[in-house]
Amino acid sequence: MAITVLIPTPLRSLTSEQDSVEATGATIGEIFEDLENKHPGIGERLCDESGEIRRFVNVYLNQEDIRFIDGKNTAVADGDEVSIVPAIAGG
Amino acid sequence: MSGKAKYFTALRGRESGREYPLDEVRYVCEFDFGPLEVKYDYDAIKAVLTRELIQSRPPNMWRYKELLPIEGPVTVGEQTGFTPLTKADRLAERLGVTGELWIKNDTVNYPTLSFKDRVVSVALTRSLEFGYDTVACASTGNLANSVAANAASVGLKCYVFIPQDLEPSKILGSQVFGAHVVPIDGPYDKVNRLSSEIADKYKWAFANVNLRPYYAEGSKTMGFEIAEQLGWRVPDNVVVPMAGGSLIGKIEKAFNEFKKLGLIDDRHTKIYGAQAEGCGPIVEAVKNGTDLIRPVETPNTIVKSLAIGNPADGYYAARGIQDSGGYAENPTDPETVAGIQMLAECEGVFAETAGGVTVAATKRLLESGKLDPAECTVLCITGNGLKTKECLEGQFTTHHAIAPSLKAFDVLYDEIHGTSQDKGKVGEPALT
Repeated sequence: MAITVLIPTPLRSLTSEQDSVEATGATIGEIFEDLENKHPGIGERLCDESGEIRRFVNVYLNQEDIRFIDGKNTAVADGDEVSIVPAIAGG
Repeated sequence: MSGKAKYFTALRGRESGREYPLDEVRYVCEFDFGPLEVKYDYDAIKAVLTRELIQSRPPNMWRYKELLPIEGPVTVGEQTGFTPLTKADRLAERLGVTGELWIKNDTVNYPTLSFKDRVVSVALTRSLEFGYDTVACASTGNLANSVAANAASVGLKCYVFIPQDLEPSKILGSQVFGAHVVPIDGPYDKVNRLSSEIADKYKWAFANVNLRPYYAEGSKTMGFEIAEQLGWRVPDNVVVPMAGGSLIGKIEKAFNEFKKLGLIDDRHTKIYGAQAEGCGPIVEAVKNGTDLIRPVETPNTIVKSLAIGNPADGYYAARGIQDSGGYAENPTDPETVAGIQMLAECEGVFAETAGGVTVAATKRLLESGKLDPAECTVLCITGNGLKTKECLEGQFTTHHAIAPSLKAFDVLYDEIHGTSQDKGKVGEPALT
């Protein structure tokens, strides 16, 4: 399944400066594993030593925060868009 | 541009400690996405910054300029800040405070009547140093107003992104300055996410996205002013409204920096936070004794300026409150409206909903014994009531129009007071 993943500026050094990449997998966790295989080093940026998504990393599936869905177990389907966004100040 | 900074030397990841040079625009640590903080040379600052020097400068936030991250002269918001700190004796009596109660009154901040003018003057001055011609922000209203006004003052192009359900005054209050106001169909957190993606693509200076490390430092000036205006001392308690949770940490940082520089002797302030019941993720964490923030998916409150379900600095805010021995409260919307009215009736200060929350939270904290009524407490009132006046609709009796005759007023007076016996004598105030 091909999923589009939007890559924020701080991670583009790992994706040859591409702002979006394709990945495959049935869940967000599998997508992250595939990203790590294709772009070594990106995995530790997204998840801490225990495998949890880092405190300041927000992940959205089709604009919905995956914290409100099923976290790393959130299911993804062909054509979905995943966006990785750093936390942002208030306003 | 780079290398001119005299008193700040780098950006530093708050979690990782990794340092980044100042000549590029960065806003999160590349390694862990944690926030970046400005690293200052406090020895160099201590060598020049004295109480006397500060007091010799004009009454605005730039009297503390060595502690603010700009390299050259101030180009935006030179007259912002140094708002009144007012002793609130009548409010103290109403709330049962026996010690000192003070209002830090940013409802009259310049130019757009909220504390956001502080952060924007730093962010936009810095954005000009970086050479941007377009500025932007994600906002719940006050930041948008301030970015729009300050951008207009120096001829910067401006885009502001807001949740579509904001108060009309806050929308108009950006449009009037010629800004492009883009309403987004969704709560603030979606505006935020989109703004981050736009910032990446369009290369604009987003005050609270890619300029966040500089922007956030402007909030410290509220704390500096409180300490100076109290006579170079800090209060025992400070009550601060929380949206993203940045201001509360910066007030704490301000007190810590003054202590480090020897400008105050003692730093013991307990930090208290206020959010609305309909969006209180930081308060909930404090009440549960944790620093894990559970985001609120759909905020539901009249306090729109604080309606941020996933507060970026919530983790630090919750920890700061708990480490200081403070606490947090999240009053209901009716309590917030009552708080606005209490502040207005007691002190003649008309605050927006975030101010009502702060007063209402203080009332709860006093009632529960979390806040000591015998101590010195400062309430941070961060925005003006004229921007959120919808929340007061139906609260007041409007007198019908009367003929321009004394007789007509006598009749109305009797209607108001229910008697014609007690009009007072000449020379004696009758209305109480």
